[in-house]
Parts: sequence; C-alpha cells; structure tokens
Amino acid sequence: MADRRTHEFDVLVIGAGGAGLRAAIEASSAGVKVGVVCKSLLGKAHTVMAEGGIAAAMANVDERDGWKVHFADTMRGGQYLSNPRMAELHAREAPDRVNELEAWGAVFDRTKDGRILQRNFGGHKYPRLAHVGDRTGLEMIRTLQDHSIHAGIDFLMEVTIIELLKDGDRVIGAFGYERELGRFHIIRCKAVILATGGIGRGFKITSNSWEYTGDGHALAFEAGAELIDMEFVQFHPTGMVWPPSVRGILVTEGVRGEGGVLRNSEGKRFMFDDIPDLYKDQTADNEEEGWRYTQGDRNARRPPELLTRDHVARCIVREIKEGRGSPHGGVFLDIAWIKERLPKGAEHIRRKLPSMYHQFKELAGIDITEEAMEVGPTTHYVMGGIRVDAESQMSTVPGLYAAGECAAGLHGANRLGGNSLSDLLVFGKRAGQHAARHAQEQGNGRIDGGDVQRASSRALAPFERDADGEGPFQIQYALQEMMQDLVGIVRNEDEMQRAAKGIAELRQRAEKVAVVGNREYNPGWHAALDLPNLFTVVEAITLSGIERKESRGAHFREDYPEKSDEFAKVNTTLRRAADGSIEVRREPVPALSEEQRQIIEEMK
Amino acid sequence: MAETTFSIWRGDSGGGELQDFTTEVTEGMVVLDAVHQIQAESANDLAVRWNCKAGKCGSCSAEVNGNPRLMCMTRLSDLDLDEPVTIEPMKAFPVMRDLVTDVSWNYKVKKKIKKFKPRAPDSDDGTWRMVQDDIDRVQEFRKCIECYLCQDVCHVLREHHLHEEFAGPRFMVYSAALEMHPLDTEDRLADLKDDGGIGYCNITKCCTKVCPEGITITDNAIIPLKERVVDEHYDPLRKLFKIFRK
Repeated sequence: MADRRTHEFDVLVIGAGGAGLRAAIEASSAGVKVGVVCKSLLGKAHTVMAEGGIAAAMANVDERDGWKVHFADTMRGGQYLSNPRMAELHAREAPDRVNELEAWGAVFDRTKDGRILQRNFGGHKYPRLAHVGDRTGLEMIRTLQDHSIHAGIDFLMEVTIIELLKDGDRVIGAFGYERELGRFHIIRCKAVILATGGIGRGFKITSNSWEYTGDGHALAFEAGAELIDMEFVQFHPTGMVWPPSVRGILVTEGVRGEGGVLRNSEGKRFMFDDIPDLYKDQTADNEEEGWRYTQGDRNARRPPELLTRDHVARCIVREIKEGRGSPHGGVFLDIAWIKERLPKGAEHIRRKLPSMYHQFKELAGIDITEEAMEVGPTTHYVMGGIRVDAESQMSTVPGLYAAGECAAGLHGANRLGGNSLSDLLVFGKRAGQHAARHAQEQGNGRIDGGDVQRASSRALAPFERDADGEGPFQIQYALQEMMQDLVGIVRNEDEMQRAAKGIAELRQRAEKVAVVGNREYNPGWHAALDLPNLFTVVEAITLSGIERKESRGAHFREDYPEKSDEFAKVNTTLRRAADGSIEVRREPVPALSEEQRQIIEEMK
Repeated sequence: MAETTFSIWRGDSGGGELQDFTTEVTEGMVVLDAVHQIQAESANDLAVRWNCKAGKCGSCSAEVNGNPRLMCMTRLSDLDLDEPVTIEPMKAFPVMRDLVTDVSWNYKVKKKIKKFKPRAPDSDDGTWRMVQDDIDRVQEFRKCIECYLCQDVCHVLREHHLHEEFAGPRFMVYSAALEMHPLDTEDRLADLKDDGGIGYCNITKCCTKVCPEGITITDNAIIPLKERVVDEHYDPLRKLFKIFRK
C-alpha cells in the first residue's frame, strides 16, 4: 500500500535523546543493524534542556569522592527505594561514560590543571557534575548525535511509534506514523529499546516539551511490561513563574550550586527553617558556612538550598501557601547577591550561567545579575517507569529493553540532580549492548497482519468521527489541569480518588475526539494519538499514589505526612490485568549486598 | 489585553498564502504562544515545529515580520501589534506544510564533514588535559542550537540556492569547532575549499546578526577558516615548498 513504509533492523531504538543515542551507538558497534526513531528532528530531544551537568565520581575537584560515595548519595536521595545494583553500576561506570564523551569531541569546562571541572549539586556530597556552563545537555546530545551519524545507524526523523508488535511473548516490531506525510511505518526487528523520556505533559506546569506524553511507559505497559514507582514524580523546585507564558521553564539547580539563595517575601532564607534529619550532619546551619561551601571550602557543609529537590520544592510550596511568596506566586532565587562577595560578580554570573542570564533577559526582561528571579516548582521528571533488569535493562517482556527516564529503578523516591544525564549514558550503553546480543541470538518474528490492521484503524479513527466533536487540545488541557490540582506536589486520598474518576471521564470524552485537516503534518491528529498514552501514565501515577499511604521522597501526602515502615522497602508495581484493569501490588525492593550495606552504613 | 491579528502562511510544497487569525494577547507572550493559541482555538491542523520553548533546541525557526527568528524567543511586546504580525516559514528550505520546512539538507551536509579525530590521550588513564583559555573559542561554536536561521538568511542559499556548492554558515561554525578543537588531528581544509565552498561567503555578516546564540559566526569562525584555507592552498611559498618536497 502506498501509505505504508516498511523497515527491517536488528535493534530498533525508540527515542533519540541521550539514552537512545548512547544505546544506538553501542548496539551498532556490536555489528548489528540499528534504526533510531525520533519523534522530532535529530538533536532536538529533551536532553538538550539539561543544564547542570553529568554526575560522575571522577574526583577531579575533590579526591575524597569515589563510586562508593556516589552510590551512597544516590541511595540516600532515593530514600532507599532504588534498585541497589543499578545504583552501584551507575556510580561505578559514570566516570568512564563521561571520559568517553570527551573522546568523541565534547568540550567540558576545565579545572586549573586541565581536567574536566566538576560542580556542586543538591544531594551530592562532593563537587561531582561535569558540565559546560549551564548547557551541558546540549553538549551531550550534540556529541552523541555527531558521533552517531558516522556509526552506520539509520535515523527515521519525525516518526512516532504508537504500538509495539509482538509474536507470542516477544516484541518483534513496531507500528508508527511519520509527521510529514502521515504515512504509516511498519518496522520489523529482533529487539526494541525504549528511550522515550518522561511524562511531563500529564501536568499543566512543566519543563517538558510536547513530546513527553509517556509514550514508552504506555507502549511497554500495553505490551505486557510492568511499571514501578510511578507515584514518584519530581517537581523541580525552580521553574520560572512569570510571565504566564513561560511558567514552568526550568531554572537550573546550578544557580544554587554557584551560590544562589532562596528567600521569601520577608527576605528570609527560609531553607534554614527545616533541615531533614537524614541530612542534618551534612548541611550548613549558617549562611557563612553555606557560602564557603559553594566557593569550594572543603571543610564547609552545603547550604540548605542544595538539599534534595523534593524537599526544596515542598519548602517553597509552604512559603507560598503561608503567604510569604513573591508577587506572582513563587519565591525569590537570588544570585545577584554574590556581587557582595565576589569582585566581578556580574561577569562571573554571566560566565557560569549564560543561558539563565539569556533566558531571563529575553523572556522576562530581568537581569539576573541585578535582580532576584521569581521561581516555583515545575513538573520535571518521573522516577517511576518500566521495570528493568539492572544488568541488561530488559523489561519483563522478552526483547523489550528500556533506558533513561522511561526506565525505573535507579532513582527510587527522588532523583538527584545530575544523576539523569549519567543514567542515560550508563544504562543507554548497557541497553544497547544487551539488546544487540539478544538480537544476535534471535531469529525474526512474524508480524501479524491483523495487529497492523487494528493499529492503523485505531490511528485513523479520529478522522472518521463527527467533525463537531471536541478537539484533542481541549482534552489534553483539561487532563493537565486536573492532574496539577489533584495529584500534584501535595496529595491526599480524596483528591487522588477524584482524579481517578476524572481520568475515566476524560478518557470517554477522548474516545469521541475528532480532528480536522488531512494526514500531512497535522498537530491536531498527533495530539489525538498521544492522548491514550497520557491516560495510561496519569492513571498509573494516580493509582500508585493512592497505594502508597505514606510520604517519602517526591510523594507527599498530607493525610499521611510521615514515612511508614510498611512502605519503606517496597516498590509499587503495576501490570495490565487480563480484564483490562490495572493490577497494583507491592514488591520488595531488591536486597542490598553485604558490601552495599556496609558502604551505606559508613557514609551515614 | 487586546486582540491581535496574525497573518500566518498556510500551504504546502504546491503553494499557499497568508491567512489571518485573531487571538487575544496577554502579558509576556511570545510568537510561539500566539501560534499555539490559534492552533488550539481555531486551526488544530496548523503545522508548526517546536520543542523546548526556551531557546535551547532550535526547532521553531520562522520569519516574523520578515526577520528570521526563533518564535519562542520573540516577545510580542517587542513587535508593533497595531499591524498584523506576519509569520512565514524559512525561505531557504522547501516548505513541508504551513510553518514547517524540510531541513534534511542540513543533516546531509553535516554527515559529509569528517568526524572528530582526537590525538592519543595525554594521560595513562586515557584522559586529556586542556586549558580553559584554549577551549573558550570552541565552546562558543558549540553553543550552536542548529536552528538554521544563519542558513536561512545567507544569500548564497536563500537567493542563489547554491545548496550543492556551499555548506552554509552553520557548517562553517561546525567545521571551525572541529578544526580549532585542541585535541583534533583531522584536516578538513581541502574539503572546506572544495565541497564546503567556503569561497562563496563574501562576509556580509547577515548570519552573525541573526544568530540567537550570539555566536560571532563570521569573525570568529568563517574568516579564520578562510585564512587557513588560503595559507594551505594559495600561499605561493608553500606551493613551491610542496613541489620541492616531492
């Protein structure tokens, strides 16, 4: 048929951000035929937005750092719900992955002796983030992109996968459409790596672009894979709040790493008011010590602004709720004050935080070297995702792998800043390696023509509905608004139950959505096809949130404000049941090895 | 706030025309916000390419009132809203639909440029040493977000359509970043002269003016590359030396 293209690869990678590209490079180097599908153009994935840096215990700035410290920091930050094997592999392998980027052309900022410079970030004991000013993600994606185009990989740009194809239990292909002409693409392969990123578009205020509709989460779930930890959605403490059109755009944690402080409308540094017990020994109790830490004093403890993101976000919400917020419903983030301490402070800010300077100047008309920024929490990242094997990144479905944000296990209840970029590299590589091996061991599967027919009818259904029906954007906005209100930073049973009901109602409305125009580059149609994925992930988030009756990490419930022993060692696990409903159960967190237990004990 | 009219080009490779839409403008809005609002309200199928909405991905390039701009970084308060705001696709590339152009040519050009080839590591642990001062220039080039506005405004591509002969400012910057990388050992000068067509650039600096990242494309990338090409290929003394060396 003229409206269909077919492809054949050994390994199909869905997603071309950091994890997808790293996976593709690795699989290709193993000698198998690799195809990469990107929802946008190559090089535009959300990785490009990452600002702060890549966490890796290279010990270039502080020789006391090492994989064990990084491992302990990650476990503590994740409130001990992380898969310890993943946390260990991540901490051990991240330095090599960063050095590899340099060998492929990345140009990181330097130490005085010419090595890769590392900066402070929340929850990391020592300066650990390899970075390039505040555009590390751009550096990373461009390096991977420029390396991968010479690696014999096929790229299908602006193609969206809407269904995985199976032969028995195995995933053996994928079905999608291209944006340009609206043609369908049927891809046959021996292994699929999902690297589709996050779910930010399930909420109203988000740092994520239109692409992040939980595609990988939903594709895997509907193909029979399990999701874990979906209640843990990271609300980054500092997004822009004004003007309205930029609400949610990220303000890097690097601002605080460089000495930026949070103040309320009374000018008070409110972060000193509430320092969690888990971090008391590591946190400065006065402004002077905190400042010395940001300037590299090795004997100083870090300022409370650099506590973990979940905690900082909640403190900001508290200040706003109690009437001490900024004029537009945020709090103040002040980096300009460092001019009191540093000669040439303004120049320093512009050099260390160039894109923040640019972003505020252009979009808000604010000079951050002169004025404080107004910031508030924004939906940023989902810790939960596809349950994978720590070593191979294979999901519970044979032939289906996942890496990066859409996979779960490394970050537990809360991700540390900088651990995402390293996650993409470490587990992208592992997924690529193991998927290639799987592909080499497997024969081709058989694509069922009936499956393809059903997928294409489903895709075209919105064109056939009554054109007077509701548009897809209205449904998406209503869903985002509801999730923001009912399943946001502060949650309770009643609101989450209402959300669960609301999702079911919206889903019914979505089934009547009609689109206008034709199949060529039609954003309305694309939005309509993204909706089912969004529904799957927001339902997973809501049901998991209801299940976890405690507050831990990013999941805060005002009806259960404390941590509970009952939930201390379980991951909420979801699976599609035979009757179509979602089955929720608690699975024990994988046990620590004796060595891991000792490391955590020593680093307490 | 006020209702404002936007004249948006709609059509495909077969042709098209400006179509007027009216929508309400509120404080702080950028051009991309207006396009999205129109898309949601009255033209669900209005094609526009975008991702980050923060000037970091370089997807939403278009021509606003005739000026090559990122729509996400163009504030409506900086435009005259008494007149309709015109939004058109980039002109140096074929139109796909509405505001979306086919930029695949850029990807083909990049693939032809020889990849990074580092010298042997400086240290036994496989790492290198570089001084910050030596990489400042390369880091400037690496800020590029590949929005292709420099390509759009370059008259060699825009007016003369010499896409086969000239790689365009983006790939001069890309080549410069590789050539000036302290670790790189590859030689791309002959390619720049022949395949890249660096001689076509006559330094009008239009590319530098439109770069949303403020990269000094002409002065810092193209001119030094031109000098290197001249030194390598047109220096009479060097030519003589080469003959004798044979």
